[in-house]
Amino acid sequence: MSSPASSPVSSPVSSPAGSPAAFLRHGTVTAALLGAAWLITLSVTVAVAMSFATGAAFRPNLLWSLVWGATAGVALLHLRYTSVIAAALIAATLWEPLSPMPMQATPTVLVIGAGCLIVGFVWAMHNTLAGLGTGANNRHTFEAAVIRFLTGFGYLFFTAIVAIPFWVMLMTSFKNRAELVANPLDFSLDLSKGADLFRSYEELFTQFNFGTYLANSFLISVATVLLTLLFAIPGAYAVARLRFSGRAAFSRGILLIYMVPMIVLALPIYIAFSVTGLRNSIAGILMIYPVTTIPVALYMLQGYFRGLPAEVEEAGLMDGLNRLQVIWKITLPLSLPALASVSLYVFMIAWNEFLLAFMLLDDPSTFTLTRGIASLDSSEVPRQHLMAGSVIATVPVMALFLGLERFMTRGLAAGSVKG
Amino acid sequence: MPPPEPSSAVDASVPPRGHGPLARGEARVAWALLAPTLLIVATVVVLPLLAIFWISVKPVQLSDLRAPELVVREDLRGSPEAVGDEGVWRFRLRNSSPDREIADVSFEDVIPVALKLGELPEACAASGSTLTCSYGDVPGGWRERIQIPITVAAELDGSVKDTLPVITATASSVLTDGTFTFENFARVFDSDEFIGVMGVTLFYTVFGTIGAIVMGLFAALLLDRSFKGQGILRGLYLFPYVAPVIAVAFAWIILFDPFSGSANALLIRMGVTDEAINFFGQKPLALISVTVFEIWRYFPLSFLFILARMQSIPTDIYEAADMDGASPFQQFAWLSLPQLLGILSVLFLLRFIWTFNKFDDIFLLTGGNAGTRTLTVNVYEQAFAISNIGAGAAVAVVIFVCLLLFSAFFFRFISREEGL
Repeated sequence: MSSPASSPVSSPVSSPAGSPAAFLRHGTVTAALLGAAWLITLSVTVAVAMSFATGAAFRPNLLWSLVWGATAGVALLHLRYTSVIAAALIAATLWEPLSPMPMQATPTVLVIGAGCLIVGFVWAMHNTLAGLGTGANNRHTFEAAVIRFLTGFGYLFFTAIVAIPFWVMLMTSFKNRAELVANPLDFSLDLSKGADLFRSYEELFTQFNFGTYLANSFLISVATVLLTLLFAIPGAYAVARLRFSGRAAFSRGILLIYMVPMIVLALPIYIAFSVTGLRNSIAGILMIYPVTTIPVALYMLQGYFRGLPAEVEEAGLMDGLNRLQVIWKITLPLSLPALASVSLYVFMIAWNEFLLAFMLLDDPSTFTLTRGIASLDSSEVPRQHLMAGSVIATVPVMALFLGLERFMTRGLAAGSVKG
Repeated sequence: MPPPEPSSAVDASVPPRGHGPLARGEARVAWALLAPTLLIVATVVVLPLLAIFWISVKPVQLSDLRAPELVVREDLRGSPEAVGDEGVWRFRLRNSSPDREIADVSFEDVIPVALKLGELPEACAASGSTLTCSYGDVPGGWRERIQIPITVAAELDGSVKDTLPVITATASSVLTDGTFTFENFARVFDSDEFIGVMGVTLFYTVFGTIGAIVMGLFAALLLDRSFKGQGILRGLYLFPYVAPVIAVAFAWIILFDPFSGSANALLIRMGVTDEAINFFGQKPLALISVTVFEIWRYFPLSFLFILARMQSIPTDIYEAADMDGASPFQQFAWLSLPQLLGILSVLFLLRFIWTFNKFDDIFLLTGGNAGTRTLTVNVYEQAFAISNIGAGAAVAVVIFVCLLLFSAFFFRFISREEGL
């Protein structure tokens, strides 16, 4: 938890000296352990990052990482010659038999790799060991240091697992088949190719109709947002503001619909659409998508409407407005942020929807982007095209999301978490 | 709060009972506002759900979705041209379905003025200028050829095909007729697969849910502090959830490809493994891989919910705990966790149900192969891969019943927990 890492008030429940816990909390031991943990973490991280960046061979050596990390940890805690220690570590990294991260690469890459590793290590240790005493430490100081390591580790870990798949997606789309086969690890960008880098994208738009798919997706998503709001706003208002018997049951019923799996609905919808000939039509899709989003939208909006002061609306009623006018002139202007986040969320759901588009659309002129990408998944289409298609589908929703991130997170949280 | 009234004015302090005209009006407005939503939800959710139960006891194959049709082709053979030429007026009839019968089959056609008909087949009769042929009920795969000898009596002014035969036939569909079967359910439960499918579903659901929540909790702990770039990191960590599933699923497939994937190349080069690992194609590993994918894709959702709850915990209790000498881990275990328990359990139930319902992820990653067929994938597999819609519907019914149980549990629990 976030606690101010100050207050070195000695713990009233400190374990007696000589116990295993007290041994771990001794400054030298803590520093050695944290140093080893940091160098192992960083050598793996830097090795993976450099491999992806240059395509050269990096192999973290866990044993030497442990030894060097522990030694350097102790040294950094007790000695003040940080730059001397860093220089020694860089030398050790570059000398292959004892290196925590042996590399087979050009000298420039070697130096960059070693530099990144050691500078990162020294900086991380400097922050982690801040406040740690050289002798026995109390529990608070010890745990604070451990948490500083865990936090740093967590940032690296989560950033890596999130970023790597997207990085691979983006970089693969810039490659051609020969480059992909030659070295699957090489994700460096060959800028000398110039516009040729975007060849997959160009082919998708010229030969694979991605322009149409993009337009279809956009049209369907925007229409879904509008239809959803049209239905959900009055519904949410009624649930939030008006008293009627069955209100609680309705409130729950909304959530219940939210839990019906799409595949269970998709089967009868497929049959009905096959019989009535609504398959392969955007109108058919637009009959289904809003219904999948109305429950979420209604739930999110009613939460927001409840938080609005009822007095303003009552004043409006007293002044002779009817309910619909109250909603239009008072409630909606007050809930613009909520409407923005609901719209964004619904747009995202409609844009990303795959199952129904996959089952109900067979005619390429009605394909949405997700359906279009699914049609690329064959052995005849090179996979850089598949990845370029994925990038095309991902970028708009990401851009929208990053631009309006505040609405998005706040709306999601408001809609889903009570209290 | 107004002060309590003296007992003589008791009526004023107790709200009126029953429904006054005002309350009735309010309820009317409420239902009017809700009506469109109720209507559309009933058509698109409730109707299909009922349909699923109906279909699950019908012997429906994928091919039955197209109702059987009577196909009639007509031509004039022997190329009669001049007056006095002889030829044959031919009709070919066919039941388009190989196994479904069509009832009350007959057709009518206009006899061209220029033609003089010879002997008519048994089924046909000519009255005035109309030729009528009727066959009663015809079985599936039925074919018939009618040849009527003709003589050209006048100048042929056009093709015989100018008037198309008018068909009358009643085709019954399996979807609506009275045949029922329990074979769909028998198939679903009898096969050895079922236990396997249930096991896979449970593994995927339980570990996917717990994993996503634990990861979400860690991510929330990381971001529950203000520092430069916190917003960017928070946005980044939401990416897996926001991106289209098909895009990230294909990115994973390509990243973990056994032949040319970067992950395998990296592992081999680092000396972790000697030969490439087929992450999505080997029996026990594929299930673990799709579960990891599920965790990866949905930890952002948990982290968002947990972070929102964390930020609403007042900071002064931590300050007090700090003063009392509680260490950071103690503060987490004794202050944060109890505060988060409510949201964690709600999240668990919600995520459990949603993971149980998940279809796209596994379908895209493995197609349900290599021991990753969950119940939802099984619906698709039965209905479309084996083309047995009825069996697919039976699996869907099983899912729905499981879900009802979960939901009943969920609402009992959540009403207590969150006061919904």
